[in-house]
Amino acid sequence: MGSKTVKKSNLVNISTLFTESRSFVAMVRQESGVDEKDCYQCGKCSAGCPLAFDMDYMPREIMRMLQLGMVDDILHSHTIWLCSHCITCYSRCPRSVDLPRIMDTLRLEAIKRGHAPEKQIKLFGDLFLWSVRQFGRVFEMGLIMGFNLKSGQFFKDIMLGPAMLLNRKISLLPHKIADGGAVKEIFDRTKEMEREGGHS
Amino acid sequence: MKYAYYPGCSLSATGVEFNMSTLALARKLGVELREIPQWNCCGASYSHNRGHLFAIALPARNLALAEREKLEVAVSCAACYNKLKAAREAVKSSPEMKEKINRVLNMEYNATYDVLSSVEVFGKRYGLDNISARVTKPLTGLRVASYYGCLLVRPPQLAMDDQENPSSIDDIIGALGGTAVDWSHKVECCGAFHSTYNSKAGFHVIGDILAAAAESGADCITVACPLCMLNLDMRQANVNRQRKTKYKIPIFYFTELMGLAMGILPKELGIQKHFVNPGPLLRAKALA
Ligand code: SF4
Ligand code: SF4
Repeated sequence: MGSKTVKKSNLVNISTLFTESRSFVAMVRQESGVDEKDCYQCGKCSAGCPLAFDMDYMPREIMRMLQLGMVDDILHSHTIWLCSHCITCYSRCPRSVDLPRIMDTLRLEAIKRGHAPEKQIKLFGDLFLWSVRQFGRVFEMGLIMGFNLKSGQFFKDIMLGPAMLLNRKISLLPHKIADGGAVKEIFDRTKEMEREGGHS
Repeated sequence: MKYAYYPGCSLSATGVEFNMSTLALARKLGVELREIPQWNCCGASYSHNRGHLFAIALPARNLALAEREKLEVAVSCAACYNKLKAAREAVKSSPEMKEKINRVLNMEYNATYDVLSSVEVFGKRYGLDNISARVTKPLTGLRVASYYGCLLVRPPQLAMDDQENPSSIDDIIGALGGTAVDWSHKVECCGAFHSTYNSKAGFHVIGDILAAAAESGADCITVACPLCMLNLDMRQANVNRQRKTKYKIPIFYFTELMGLAMGILPKELGIQKHFVNPGPLLRAKALA
């Protein structure tokens, strides 16, 4: 407001930050189809969230931070990775805010920018999708063993391995479906279409 | 009754007894389940890490294959049910999405046929009265906590029953002559894969569900999701270690309980594959 004590350089920074954060909020709104302003901060989402006790920010706080455009705090938060996609919050929200869809959008953006404070969870998701791309299906034995190996907790479920095999629950070898490459094409074509800007 | 059947990845591995019991039960009741040829993974919640369009296209391929057969789709796994149903609704409600999905798949998909969970196929379509009529070994005196978890009852647009107090599995238990207990954790989340990649928190969530079931006086818990089964059954030992408890609560797929009550052998249902041994309970109730 024209105060003489404010330096010009600070004004520039603040307005750049402001523009950046507003465009981030607009992007999240567009990608998720959820208007963050719908949230009136009642806290019902946090009250019913099964993982709230393990989160750094409550689901309600994520909504508030989004309203305020706190880009960095949101994208570095553990919460967006810990969300188990149980949909309890959305199902109970008096304003029908699709929080799991917001979490998806934020996680995707965090991945794009190279942030993943929950390394194990990121790794698990990557291996899961790798398996789907290779075989068309998730090969559970490979997923669990691969995860334990790569995450450095190889011995964690080692006792379960023999029991699973004994129970004939899991097979040792993956089985690739004869889909003529259809699943790989779904991976590639959706990516192409999103690049063209034809995403929804 | 004839359906296209989508087993999903878990049902060929950790949830194999859900597949065995679904198929054995369907055979017994004369419900024809035709496995979708060359079905692919539904993507579970990890497909979202690659964007919304991908998360719809991946399950939609299975629906397009089923549509060629002109059949509704029956799904046992709750997570697969949710993903397939969501894909159908997305295509059905938006011509723009339909056009995109058909382009991605290079197949025609019109979202003509519904997606049903096997709880609906057996409980609603086959029907409770017909179920009762087939019971040869009633579940008399068996107190069952029906655990619905997340993906059969959420989000509201895809729910197959009431979101907060569903009853369709309880009704099946009743039709089998058993007692469905009233309890607090019917629709709480089991933590999904947290037991694998964030196990301290994962075991905590599972522990709360087991504690609630124990408190309600249930003899066992029944589920309709392979991940719920894996967590409550296989991880029960981990919970006991974390909480210094001694739970030995048998967990059953609802299709296993249906099969048992209709005289199908436990072995045919795959019950010997469970981690928590259900033998003592089944013998005590004259069910095995
Ligand atoms: S329940 Fe809905 S309105 Fe209430 S704080 Fe959460 S997101 Fe906002
Ligand atoms: S969907 Fe995510 S944020 Fe919402 S209640 Fe479930 S775990 Fe919490």
